[in-house]
Amino acid sequence: MKKQLIALAVLLAAGLAQADDTIAKVKASGSVTMGVRDSSGALSYTLGDGKYAGFHYEVCQHIIANLEKAVGKKLEVKYLPVTSQNRIPLVQNGTVDIECGSTTNNAARQKDVAFALTTYVEEVRIAVKANSGITSIAQLNGRNVATTTGTTSVQLLRKHERATGVDFKEVFGKDHADSFLLLESGRADAFVMDGQILAGNIATAKNPADYKIVGEVLSVEPIAIMLRKDDPAFKKLADDTIRDMIKTGEMAKTYDKWFVQPIPPKNTRVGLPASEATKAAWANPNDKPVEDYMKK
Amino acid sequence: MTWDWQFFLNDDGSGRTYLQWMLSAWGWTVSVAACAWVVSVLVGFLMGTLRTLPNSPWLVRLANVWVELFRNIPLLVQIFLWYFVVPKIFPPLKSVPGFTLVVLALGFFTSARIAEQVRAGIQALPKGQRYAGMAMGFSTAQTYRYVILPMAFRIILPPLTSESMNLLKNSSVAFAVSIAELTMYAMQVQEETSRGVEVYLAVTFLYAISAFAVNRVFAFIEKKVQIPGFIVAGGTGGGH
Repeated sequence: MKKQLIALAVLLAAGLAQADDTIAKVKASGSVTMGVRDSSGALSYTLGDGKYAGFHYEVCQHIIANLEKAVGKKLEVKYLPVTSQNRIPLVQNGTVDIECGSTTNNAARQKDVAFALTTYVEEVRIAVKANSGITSIAQLNGRNVATTTGTTSVQLLRKHERATGVDFKEVFGKDHADSFLLLESGRADAFVMDGQILAGNIATAKNPADYKIVGEVLSVEPIAIMLRKDDPAFKKLADDTIRDMIKTGEMAKTYDKWFVQPIPPKNTRVGLPASEATKAAWANPNDKPVEDYMKK
Repeated sequence: MTWDWQFFLNDDGSGRTYLQWMLSAWGWTVSVAACAWVVSVLVGFLMGTLRTLPNSPWLVRLANVWVELFRNIPLLVQIFLWYFVVPKIFPPLKSVPGFTLVVLALGFFTSARIAEQVRAGIQALPKGQRYAGMAMGFSTAQTYRYVILPMAFRIILPPLTSESMNLLKNSSVAFAVSIAELTMYAMQVQEETSRGVEVYLAVTFLYAISAFAVNRVFAFIEKKVQIPGFIVAGGTGGGH
């Protein structure tokens, strides 16, 4: 009995030691778990039937291909849909090995997880009805402004309000589709959100010509693939893959495929060519948190 | 993982701390629940009583429709119907604040459930009670007012307690129509601070003590209104 206990303890200790080393872990288990999102615009979304797609999904496929080379065998890829609420704990506790969604790289999160090189830089913009005559954030004084609960845009609006004395009446959708419905139904005059999400929602609206994205860029945020902390080998593998994709032009091609060309399931276009900020991130690959972007 | 509770004292960007915001969110949760509770009890007792009226088939049918309508549609769907669909049909309703809509939606939803409890409470009484009222020369309204409802009320207090606690927890759907209550606070702040576990623990604690407070208030009422020898308040059982 005692021997079995010791054996068990040794096994557990080995398991714990392995948890930080993703490459060894997937080699032992023969499978890798990818965290994906149900609807994070064209970055990561579901096609139904447990199938996923998107820009970050595809970048991750490249990383997993290299991971397979590193461990020297074919891996079974498991997909686990995650939410804004559970993605960090799931990466920390080893349930998810690589999260390919739309996670902003910030300093607070870097305490808990690691990020691969920034692959996409998000710009927060304003969407309005085309006939509303609104062209800048200053015109939103006293108007209803929609945004989505659980996003950094809410905080951004609050800070902006305080800094400029502009008084918004905020309304919060429970998800992006809901926020867009607030704009569509007239309950809100504007929808403040990540540019690609606005573009995606407008693209799939009943009448896309009724809406437009206007005004200044309110904030830029580096979006990156999330990995476990303190696992330099796997981070290097992911970073090298991304550097390689940038060098060979594969990154720009993949971006074009998801953000400019028609994408499944409805064959609509997001219509959002790579921004200057995204191109700058590709020109100088880095994993700086959002705080470094604000300093500029 | 490491605990970090200090972020509650950080500024959220608008000049208040996350703690102050959480208390304000708690206030919204309690306000939504309290107002919806008043609506649900008033309407619930009315509909539950109507369902048991002896000689008014149309009123009974009306109350049955009410109960089935609000009981068979999921709560979140009802909230959306009130918020997005109804104002499309009646545009003036667009100016009704979200708070009023969610109080009505939650109140009506719960009223259907309370109505069923009231009906069950009334039907649990021996028929003799009603006949006794009639024999005293009471009108139907008087029979209900002086004989049936006071007894039924005591019978249904335990399920009414659960229902009231449920109502408090169900008030979390209000986040869907932009009420800044605890659930919305949790979803938002865990994103802003990346301290999800701490935020959810704090919010869970507030929900739990609020629901427990409701429970204690009802336990007190139950004790105060109990009639010796009638049903089993205090768990003595039997009594005959």
